[in-house]
Amino acid sequence: MDIQRCRGRVLIGKPGLDGHDRGAKIIARSLRDDGFEVIYTGIRRTPEEIALTAIQEDVDAVGLSVLSGAHNELFPEVLRALHQAKGGDIPVIGGGIIPREDIQHLKELGMYEIFTTGTPVQTILNTFREATERYRQKKHKIP
Amino acid sequence: MNDIDEIVKGIYLKEPRAIGRAISIIEDGDQRAGAILKQINAKSIQDSTIVGITGPIGTGKSTIINQLIAHYRTQGGRVGIVAIDPSSPVSGGALLGDRIRMMRHAMDKDVVIRSMATRGKQGGLCASAAAAVRIMICSGCNPVIIETVGVGQAEIDVVGLADITVLVLAPGAGDEIQVMKAGIIEIADIVVVNKAECPGADSLIMELENVLHQRNCAVCRVIAREAYGIENLATAIGKIDRERRKSGQFTGKRKQIRETEIIDCAIEMMRDEIRSRLQECPGNYTGDPRAIARKLIDDICVTELDMLKRKRPEVFS
Repeated sequence: MDIQRCRGRVLIGKPGLDGHDRGAKIIARSLRDDGFEVIYTGIRRTPEEIALTAIQEDVDAVGLSVLSGAHNELFPEVLRALHQAKGGDIPVIGGGIIPREDIQHLKELGMYEIFTTGTPVQTILNTFREATERYRQKKHKIP
Repeated sequence: MNDIDEIVKGIYLKEPRAIGRAISIIEDGDQRAGAILKQINAKSIQDSTIVGITGPIGTGKSTIINQLIAHYRTQGGRVGIVAIDPSSPVSGGALLGDRIRMMRHAMDKDVVIRSMATRGKQGGLCASAAAAVRIMICSGCNPVIIETVGVGQAEIDVVGLADITVLVLAPGAGDEIQVMKAGIIEIADIVVVNKAECPGADSLIMELENVLHQRNCAVCRVIAREAYGIENLATAIGKIDRERRKSGQFTGKRKQIRETEIIDCAIEMMRDEIRSRLQECPGNYTGDPRAIARKLIDDICVTELDMLKRKRPEVFS
Protein backbone atom coordinates (compact mmCIF):
# COMPACT_ATOMS: atom_id res chain seq x y z
CA MET A 1 0.00 0.00 0.00
CA ASP A 2 1.26 3.40 -0.93
CA ILE A 3 1.08 5.71 2.02
CA GLN A 4 0.49 9.42 1.64
CA ARG A 5 3.38 11.64 2.60
CA CYS A 6 2.88 13.64 5.75
CA ARG A 7 2.36 17.34 5.15
CA GLY A 8 4.15 18.47 8.26
CA ARG A 9 4.17 18.35 12.02
CA VAL A 10 2.03 20.71 14.07
CA LEU A 11 1.44 21.20 17.77
CA ILE A 12 -2.08 21.93 18.97
CA GLY A 13 -2.38 23.15 22.54
CA LYS A 14 -4.40 25.20 24.93
CA PRO A 15 -2.45 27.64 27.08
CA GLY A 16 -3.88 28.98 30.30
CA LEU A 17 -6.73 27.82 32.50
CA ASP A 18 -9.47 27.58 29.89
CA GLY A 19 -10.64 23.98 29.62
CA HIS A 20 -12.97 24.22 26.62
CA ASP A 21 -11.15 21.90 24.25
CA ARG A 22 -13.81 20.91 21.70
CA GLY A 23 -12.45 23.42 19.21
CA ALA A 24 -8.84 22.36 19.68
CA LYS A 25 -9.78 18.70 19.28
CA ILE A 26 -11.78 19.35 16.12
CA ILE A 27 -8.85 21.25 14.63
CA ALA A 28 -6.43 18.49 15.69
CA ARG A 29 -8.57 15.85 14.01
CA SER A 30 -9.13 17.92 10.88
CA LEU A 31 -5.39 18.45 10.57
CA ARG A 32 -4.81 14.72 10.96
CA ASP A 33 -7.34 14.04 8.20
CA ASP A 34 -5.56 16.61 6.04
CA GLY A 35 -2.27 14.70 6.33
CA PHE A 36 -0.59 16.47 9.24
CA GLU A 37 1.12 14.80 12.16
CA VAL A 38 -0.49 16.46 15.15
CA ILE A 39 1.10 16.60 18.58
CA TYR A 40 -1.74 17.30 20.96
CA THR A 41 -0.66 18.62 24.34
CA GLY A 42 -4.08 18.93 25.95
CA ILE A 43 -5.46 21.65 28.18
CA ARG A 44 -4.01 23.91 30.89
CA ARG A 45 -0.49 24.26 29.54
CA THR A 46 1.84 27.09 30.40
CA PRO A 47 3.31 29.07 27.49
CA GLU A 48 6.74 27.66 28.41
CA GLU A 49 5.51 24.06 28.31
CA ILE A 50 4.04 24.65 24.86
CA ALA A 51 7.22 26.31 23.60
CA LEU A 52 9.58 23.61 24.89
CA THR A 53 7.35 20.87 23.52
CA ALA A 54 7.26 22.58 20.12
CA ILE A 55 11.07 22.71 20.10
CA GLN A 56 11.57 19.09 21.19
CA GLU A 57 9.10 17.90 18.59
CA ASP A 58 10.54 20.26 15.96
CA VAL A 59 7.08 21.18 14.69
CA ASP A 60 6.44 23.25 11.56
CA ALA A 61 3.64 25.30 13.16
CA VAL A 62 1.94 25.81 16.52
CA GLY A 63 -1.84 26.17 16.85
CA LEU A 64 -3.22 27.73 20.02
CA SER A 65 -6.83 27.82 21.15
CA VAL A 66 -8.08 30.24 23.80
CA LEU A 67 -11.77 30.86 24.52
CA SER A 68 -11.47 32.55 27.89
CA GLY A 69 -10.55 36.06 26.78
CA ALA A 70 -6.92 35.77 27.91
CA HIS A 71 -5.56 35.69 24.35
CA ASN A 72 -3.94 39.16 24.60
CA GLU A 73 -1.77 37.82 27.43
CA LEU A 74 -1.30 34.16 26.47
CA PHE A 75 -0.55 34.39 22.74
CA PRO A 76 2.30 36.92 23.20
CA GLU A 77 3.63 34.82 26.10
CA VAL A 78 3.89 31.76 23.85
CA LEU A 79 5.64 33.86 21.19
CA ARG A 80 8.08 35.11 23.81
CA ALA A 81 8.74 31.62 25.21
CA LEU A 82 9.30 30.25 21.70
CA HIS A 83 11.68 33.06 20.92
CA GLN A 84 13.60 32.40 24.12
CA ALA A 85 13.88 28.69 23.25
CA LYS A 86 15.39 29.55 19.85
CA GLY A 87 12.13 28.76 18.06
CA GLY A 88 11.04 32.28 17.22
CA ASP A 89 10.80 31.35 13.54
CA ILE A 90 8.02 28.78 14.06
CA PRO A 91 4.67 30.16 12.80
CA VAL A 92 2.03 30.43 15.53
CA ILE A 93 -1.65 30.39 14.58
CA GLY A 94 -4.29 31.38 17.12
CA GLY A 95 -8.00 30.75 17.40
CA GLY A 96 -10.85 31.28 19.78
CA ILE A 97 -13.32 33.90 20.89
CA ILE A 98 -11.28 36.92 19.88
CA PRO A 99 -12.71 40.41 19.30
CA ARG A 100 -11.97 41.87 15.87
CA GLU A 101 -10.12 44.83 17.38
CA ASP A 102 -7.51 42.55 19.02
CA ILE A 103 -6.55 40.73 15.82
CA GLN A 104 -4.40 43.41 14.21
CA HIS A 105 -2.46 43.95 17.42
CA LEU A 106 -1.77 40.21 17.87
CA LYS A 107 -0.58 39.89 14.27
CA GLU A 108 1.73 42.84 14.75
CA LEU A 109 3.23 41.02 17.73
CA GLY A 110 4.06 38.09 15.46
CA MET A 111 1.04 35.80 15.30
CA TYR A 112 0.86 34.25 11.83
CA GLU A 113 -2.94 34.34 11.70
CA ILE A 114 -5.89 34.64 14.07
CA PHE A 115 -9.21 32.85 13.56
CA THR A 116 -12.47 33.64 15.30
CA THR A 117 -15.45 31.35 15.88
CA GLY A 118 -17.42 30.53 12.75
CA THR A 119 -14.38 30.23 10.50
CA PRO A 120 -14.77 27.32 8.03
CA VAL A 121 -12.35 24.48 8.88
CA GLN A 122 -11.02 24.48 5.32
CA THR A 123 -9.87 28.10 5.73
CA ILE A 124 -7.92 27.10 8.83
CA LEU A 125 -6.43 24.05 7.09
CA ASN A 126 -5.33 26.18 4.14
CA THR A 127 -3.52 28.54 6.48
CA PHE A 128 -1.75 25.64 8.21
CA ARG A 129 -0.78 24.23 4.80
CA GLU A 130 0.66 27.53 3.69
CA ALA A 131 2.49 28.23 6.96
CA THR A 132 4.02 24.75 7.27
CA GLU A 133 4.99 24.54 3.62
CA ARG A 134 6.85 27.81 3.85
CA TYR A 135 8.55 26.74 7.08
CA ARG A 136 9.54 23.33 5.72
CA GLN A 137 11.11 24.87 2.65
CA LYS A 138 13.49 26.77 4.90
CA LYS A 139 14.02 23.80 7.19
CA HIS A 140 14.76 21.02 4.73
CA LYS A 141 16.95 20.12 1.85
CA ILE A 142 15.02 17.32 0.20
CA PRO A 143 16.76 15.76 -2.79
CA MET B 1 19.65 25.68 13.02
CA ASN B 2 20.43 24.40 9.56
CA ASP B 3 24.17 23.91 9.46
CA ILE B 4 25.25 20.28 9.88
CA ASP B 5 28.19 21.00 12.19
CA GLU B 6 26.04 23.26 14.31
CA ILE B 7 23.42 20.52 14.64
CA VAL B 8 25.96 17.81 15.49
CA LYS B 9 27.64 20.04 18.05
CA GLY B 10 24.22 20.95 19.45
CA ILE B 11 23.34 17.27 19.95
CA TYR B 12 26.37 16.75 22.19
CA LEU B 13 25.64 20.02 24.01
CA LYS B 14 22.12 18.70 24.76
CA GLU B 15 20.45 21.56 22.88
CA PRO B 16 16.77 20.68 22.37
CA ARG B 17 16.60 22.59 19.08
CA ALA B 18 19.50 20.61 17.58
CA ILE B 19 18.21 17.24 18.80
CA GLY B 20 14.72 17.93 17.45
CA ARG B 21 15.99 19.17 14.10
CA ALA B 22 18.40 16.25 13.65
CA ILE B 23 15.58 13.74 14.11
CA SER B 24 13.39 15.64 11.61
CA ILE B 25 16.16 15.67 9.05
CA ILE B 26 16.48 11.91 9.23
CA GLU B 27 12.75 11.26 9.43
CA ASP B 28 11.97 13.42 6.39
CA GLY B 29 14.76 12.02 4.22
CA ASP B 30 16.62 15.34 4.06
CA GLN B 31 19.86 14.98 2.08
CA ARG B 32 21.88 16.02 5.15
CA ALA B 33 20.75 12.92 7.07
CA GLY B 34 23.78 10.82 6.14
CA ALA B 35 26.25 13.50 7.14
CA ILE B 36 24.67 13.86 10.57
CA LEU B 37 24.41 10.14 11.28
CA LYS B 38 28.02 9.65 10.25
CA GLN B 39 29.18 12.11 12.86
CA ILE B 40 27.25 10.83 15.83
CA ASN B 41 29.02 7.76 17.02
CA ALA B 42 29.69 8.00 20.69
CA LYS B 43 31.17 5.38 22.93
CA SER B 44 28.14 6.11 25.09
CA ILE B 45 26.03 4.09 22.65
CA GLN B 46 27.51 0.92 24.17
CA ASP B 47 26.95 2.14 27.72
CA SER B 48 23.33 3.12 27.36
CA THR B 49 20.34 0.84 27.61
CA ILE B 50 17.46 0.83 25.14
CA VAL B 51 14.17 -0.29 26.66
CA GLY B 52 11.22 -1.15 24.44
CA ILE B 53 7.72 -0.83 25.89
CA THR B 54 5.03 -2.56 23.89
CA GLY B 55 1.52 -3.87 24.40
CA PRO B 56 -2.07 -3.58 23.22
CA ILE B 57 -3.96 -0.29 22.93
CA GLY B 58 -4.98 1.31 26.20
CA THR B 59 -3.04 -0.94 28.58
CA GLY B 60 -1.11 2.03 30.00
CA LYS B 61 2.19 2.13 28.12
CA SER B 62 2.45 5.92 28.15
CA THR B 63 1.38 6.18 31.78
CA ILE B 64 3.98 3.59 32.81
CA ILE B 65 6.65 5.47 30.88
CA ASN B 66 5.58 8.70 32.59
CA GLN B 67 6.25 7.02 35.95
CA LEU B 68 9.49 5.40 34.78
CA ILE B 69 10.75 8.84 33.71
CA ALA B 70 10.04 10.16 37.21
CA HIS B 71 11.89 7.18 38.68
CA TYR B 72 14.99 7.59 36.52
CA ARG B 73 14.99 11.35 37.07
CA THR B 74 15.10 10.98 40.87
CA GLN B 75 18.25 8.92 40.31
CA GLY B 76 19.71 11.77 38.28
CA GLY B 77 19.66 10.14 34.85
CA ARG B 78 18.77 11.88 31.61
CA VAL B 79 15.99 10.00 29.84
CA GLY B 80 15.04 9.79 26.18
CA ILE B 81 11.65 8.67 24.91
CA VAL B 82 10.66 7.81 21.36
CA ALA B 83 6.85 7.51 21.38
CA ILE B 84 5.32 6.05 18.24
CA ASP B 85 1.71 6.28 17.08
CA PRO B 86 0.19 5.09 13.81
CA SER B 87 -0.05 7.16 10.62
CA SER B 88 -3.34 7.21 8.77
CA PRO B 89 -3.07 5.07 5.65
CA VAL B 90 -5.70 7.32 4.06
CA SER B 91 -4.43 10.86 4.72
CA GLY B 92 -0.85 10.28 5.87
CA GLY B 93 -1.67 12.25 8.99
CA ALA B 94 -1.43 11.13 12.59
CA LEU B 95 -2.55 12.14 16.03
CA LEU B 96 0.45 11.79 18.31
CA GLY B 97 -1.05 11.68 21.76
CA ASP B 98 1.41 9.70 23.91
CA ARG B 99 3.05 12.85 25.10
CA ILE B 100 -0.07 14.09 26.83
CA ARG B 101 0.54 11.50 29.60
CA MET B 102 4.06 12.80 30.06
CA MET B 103 3.38 16.53 30.16
CA ARG B 104 4.48 16.82 33.79
CA HIS B 105 8.03 16.43 32.48
CA ALA B 106 7.60 19.11 29.81
CA MET B 107 9.76 21.65 31.65
CA ASP B 108 12.52 19.16 32.46
CA LYS B 109 15.40 19.66 30.04
CA ASP B 110 16.76 16.21 30.87
CA VAL B 111 13.68 14.46 29.57
CA VAL B 112 13.88 14.28 25.79
CA ILE B 113 10.60 13.18 24.23
CA ARG B 114 9.96 12.75 20.53
CA SER B 115 6.59 11.67 19.13
CA MET B 116 6.87 9.85 15.82
CA ALA B 117 4.35 8.47 13.35
CA THR B 118 4.78 5.06 11.70
CA ARG B 119 4.62 6.57 8.18
CA GLY B 120 3.65 3.32 6.54
CA LYS B 121 5.87 0.96 8.49
CA GLN B 122 4.19 -2.11 9.97
CA GLY B 123 5.34 -3.92 13.09
CA GLY B 124 4.80 -1.22 15.70
CA LEU B 125 7.78 1.06 14.94
CA CYS B 126 8.73 3.77 12.46
CA ALA B 127 11.67 3.63 10.08
CA SER B 128 13.67 6.35 11.83
CA ALA B 129 13.23 5.08 15.38
CA ALA B 130 16.73 3.59 15.59
CA ALA B 131 18.36 6.82 14.41
CA ALA B 132 16.30 8.88 16.85
CA VAL B 133 17.44 6.59 19.66
CA ARG B 134 21.07 7.06 18.70
CA ILE B 135 20.73 10.83 18.57
CA MET B 136 19.22 10.81 22.06
CA ILE B 137 22.01 8.60 23.39
CA CYS B 138 24.61 10.97 21.96
CA SER B 139 22.89 13.83 23.77
CA GLY B 140 23.49 11.96 27.02
CA CYS B 141 20.27 10.00 27.47
CA ASN B 142 20.45 6.72 29.36
CA PRO B 143 18.15 4.89 29.24
CA VAL B 144 16.23 5.54 26.06
CA ILE B 145 12.69 4.18 26.07
CA ILE B 146 10.85 3.28 22.87
CA GLU B 147 7.07 3.17 23.07
CA THR B 148 5.52 1.21 20.22
CA VAL B 149 2.08 1.77 18.76
CA GLY B 150 -0.66 -0.24 20.42
CA VAL B 151 0.10 -3.73 19.12
CA GLY B 152 -1.79 -6.94 18.54
CA GLN B 153 -0.24 -10.34 18.95
CA ALA B 154 2.61 -10.38 16.50
CA GLU B 155 4.10 -6.91 16.05
CA ILE B 156 7.51 -7.69 17.42
CA ASP B 157 9.78 -5.26 15.57
CA VAL B 158 10.67 -3.51 18.82
CA VAL B 159 12.50 -6.62 19.96
CA GLY B 160 14.90 -6.06 17.09
CA LEU B 161 15.67 -2.55 18.30
CA ALA B 162 15.64 -2.67 22.11
CA ASP B 163 18.04 -4.32 24.54
CA ILE B 164 15.17 -5.18 26.84
CA THR B 165 11.53 -5.55 25.82
CA VAL B 166 8.71 -4.97 28.29
CA LEU B 167 5.21 -6.17 27.35
CA VAL B 168 2.39 -4.28 29.08
CA LEU B 169 -0.92 -6.09 29.53
CA ALA B 170 -4.06 -5.24 31.45
CA PRO B 171 -6.81 -7.52 32.79
CA GLY B 172 -10.05 -7.86 30.93
CA ALA B 173 -8.81 -8.80 27.48
CA GLY B 174 -9.63 -12.44 26.96
CA ASP B 175 -9.24 -15.77 28.72
CA GLU B 176 -6.21 -17.91 29.50
CA ILE B 177 -5.96 -19.04 25.88
CA GLN B 178 -4.72 -15.55 25.00
CA VAL B 179 -1.58 -15.93 27.09
CA MET B 180 -0.92 -19.35 25.58
CA LYS B 181 -0.79 -18.04 22.02
CA ALA B 182 2.43 -17.64 20.10
CA GLY B 183 3.88 -14.23 19.33
CA ILE B 184 5.01 -11.28 21.34
CA ILE B 185 4.44 -12.94 24.68
CA GLU B 186 7.23 -15.40 23.90
CA ILE B 187 9.92 -12.82 23.32
CA ALA B 188 9.22 -10.22 25.99
CA ASP B 189 11.86 -10.01 28.72
CA ILE B 190 9.45 -8.64 31.31
CA VAL B 191 5.66 -8.79 31.32
CA VAL B 192 3.81 -6.06 33.22
CA VAL B 193 0.25 -6.49 34.37
CA ASN B 194 -0.98 -2.92 34.70
CA LYS B 195 -4.26 -1.82 36.28
CA ALA B 196 -3.54 -4.54 38.83
CA GLU B 197 -6.31 -3.28 41.11
CA CYS B 198 -8.93 -4.23 38.51
CA PRO B 199 -10.92 -7.48 38.58
CA GLY B 200 -9.19 -10.29 36.71
CA ALA B 201 -5.66 -9.10 37.45
CA ASP B 202 -4.83 -11.90 39.88
CA SER B 203 -5.89 -14.66 37.53
CA LEU B 204 -4.07 -13.00 34.62
CA ILE B 205 -0.87 -12.87 36.70
CA MET B 206 -1.29 -16.51 37.68
CA GLU B 207 -1.79 -17.60 34.09
CA LEU B 208 1.19 -15.56 32.94
CA GLU B 209 3.42 -17.01 35.64
CA ASN B 210 2.37 -20.49 34.54
CA VAL B 211 3.32 -19.78 30.97
CA LEU B 212 6.44 -17.74 31.64
CA HIS B 213 8.21 -19.45 34.53
CA GLN B 214 9.99 -21.92 32.25
CA ARG B 215 11.95 -19.21 30.56
CA ASN B 216 12.65 -17.09 33.60
CA CYS B 217 10.60 -14.09 32.52
CA ALA B 218 9.56 -11.70 35.29
CA VAL B 219 5.93 -10.72 35.77
CA CYS B 220 5.47 -7.28 37.39
CA ARG B 221 2.28 -6.12 39.05
CA VAL B 222 1.79 -2.40 38.39
CA ILE B 223 -0.81 0.30 39.01
CA ALA B 224 0.75 2.98 36.84
CA ARG B 225 -1.64 5.76 37.80
CA GLU B 226 -0.49 5.48 41.43
CA ALA B 227 3.14 4.64 40.58
CA TYR B 228 2.66 1.30 42.35
CA GLY B 229 5.18 -1.32 41.20
CA ILE B 230 7.24 1.09 39.13
CA GLU B 231 10.32 0.68 41.29
CA ASN B 232 10.02 -3.09 40.99
CA LEU B 233 9.80 -2.77 37.24
CA ALA B 234 12.86 -0.50 37.09
CA THR B 235 14.76 -2.96 39.31
CA ALA B 236 13.80 -5.86 37.02
CA ILE B 237 14.99 -3.89 33.98
CA GLY B 238 18.27 -3.04 35.71
CA LYS B 239 18.85 -6.64 36.78
CA ILE B 240 18.42 -8.03 33.26
CA ASP B 241 20.66 -5.29 31.89
CA ARG B 242 23.47 -6.07 34.35
CA GLU B 243 23.23 -9.83 33.83
CA ARG B 244 23.33 -9.52 30.06
CA ARG B 245 26.27 -7.16 30.06
CA LYS B 246 28.17 -9.60 32.29
CA SER B 247 27.34 -12.66 30.22
CA GLY B 248 28.11 -11.00 26.90
CA GLN B 249 24.53 -11.44 25.75
CA PHE B 250 24.27 -7.65 25.54
CA THR B 251 26.94 -7.42 22.85
CA GLY B 252 25.28 -10.17 20.85
CA LYS B 253 21.95 -8.39 21.06
CA ARG B 254 23.52 -5.12 19.95
CA LYS B 255 25.03 -6.88 16.94
CA GLN B 256 21.58 -8.18 16.12
CA ILE B 257 20.08 -4.69 16.52
CA ARG B 258 22.65 -3.33 14.12
CA GLU B 259 21.90 -6.03 11.59
CA THR B 260 18.19 -5.30 11.79
CA GLU B 261 18.75 -1.60 11.21
CA ILE B 262 21.08 -2.10 8.25
CA ILE B 263 18.80 -4.64 6.56
CA ASP B 264 15.79 -2.35 7.10
CA CYS B 265 17.69 0.59 5.63
CA ALA B 266 18.87 -1.44 2.65
CA ILE B 267 15.36 -2.66 1.85
CA GLU B 268 14.02 0.87 2.25
CA MET B 269 16.65 2.21 -0.16
CA MET B 270 15.85 -0.47 -2.74
CA ARG B 271 12.10 -0.04 -2.56
CA ASP B 272 11.75 2.98 -4.87
CA GLU B 273 14.24 1.60 -7.39
CA ILE B 274 12.42 -1.74 -7.52
CA ARG B 275 9.05 -0.07 -7.83
CA SER B 276 10.09 2.16 -10.74
CA ARG B 277 11.71 -0.73 -12.62
CA LEU B 278 8.63 -2.86 -11.98
CA GLN B 279 6.28 -0.20 -13.35
CA GLU B 280 8.48 0.42 -16.39
CA CYS B 281 7.62 -2.89 -18.03
CA PRO B 282 3.99 -4.03 -18.48
CA GLY B 283 5.23 -7.62 -18.81
CA ASN B 284 5.99 -7.60 -15.11
CA TYR B 285 2.29 -7.77 -14.34
CA THR B 286 1.86 -11.33 -15.58
CA GLY B 287 3.66 -14.53 -14.63
CA ASP B 288 5.29 -15.71 -11.42
CA PRO B 289 5.86 -12.76 -9.02
CA ARG B 290 8.80 -14.53 -7.40
CA ALA B 291 10.64 -14.96 -10.68
CA ILE B 292 9.99 -11.33 -11.61
CA ALA B 293 11.33 -10.18 -8.24
CA ARG B 294 14.50 -12.19 -8.89
CA LYS B 295 14.85 -10.65 -12.34
CA LEU B 296 14.42 -7.11 -11.00
CA ILE B 297 17.09 -7.65 -8.35
CA ASP B 298 19.46 -9.16 -10.93
CA ASP B 299 18.85 -6.17 -13.25
CA ILE B 300 19.69 -3.73 -10.49
CA CYS B 301 22.91 -5.60 -9.67
CA VAL B 302 23.97 -5.60 -13.34
CA THR B 303 23.32 -1.85 -13.65
CA GLU B 304 25.34 -1.15 -10.53
CA LEU B 305 28.20 -3.33 -11.79
CA ASP B 306 28.25 -1.51 -15.13
CA MET B 307 28.36 1.82 -13.36
CA LEU B 308 31.23 0.68 -11.18
CA LYS B 309 33.14 -0.59 -14.22
CA ARG B 310 32.84 2.79 -15.84
CA LYS B 311 33.74 4.74 -12.70
CA ARG B 312 36.65 2.61 -11.53
CA PRO B 313 37.95 0.47 -14.41
CA GLU B 314 41.15 -0.32 -12.49
CA VAL B 315 39.22 -2.63 -10.16
CA PHE B 316 38.34 -4.91 -13.07
CA SER B 317 41.58 -4.92 -15.01
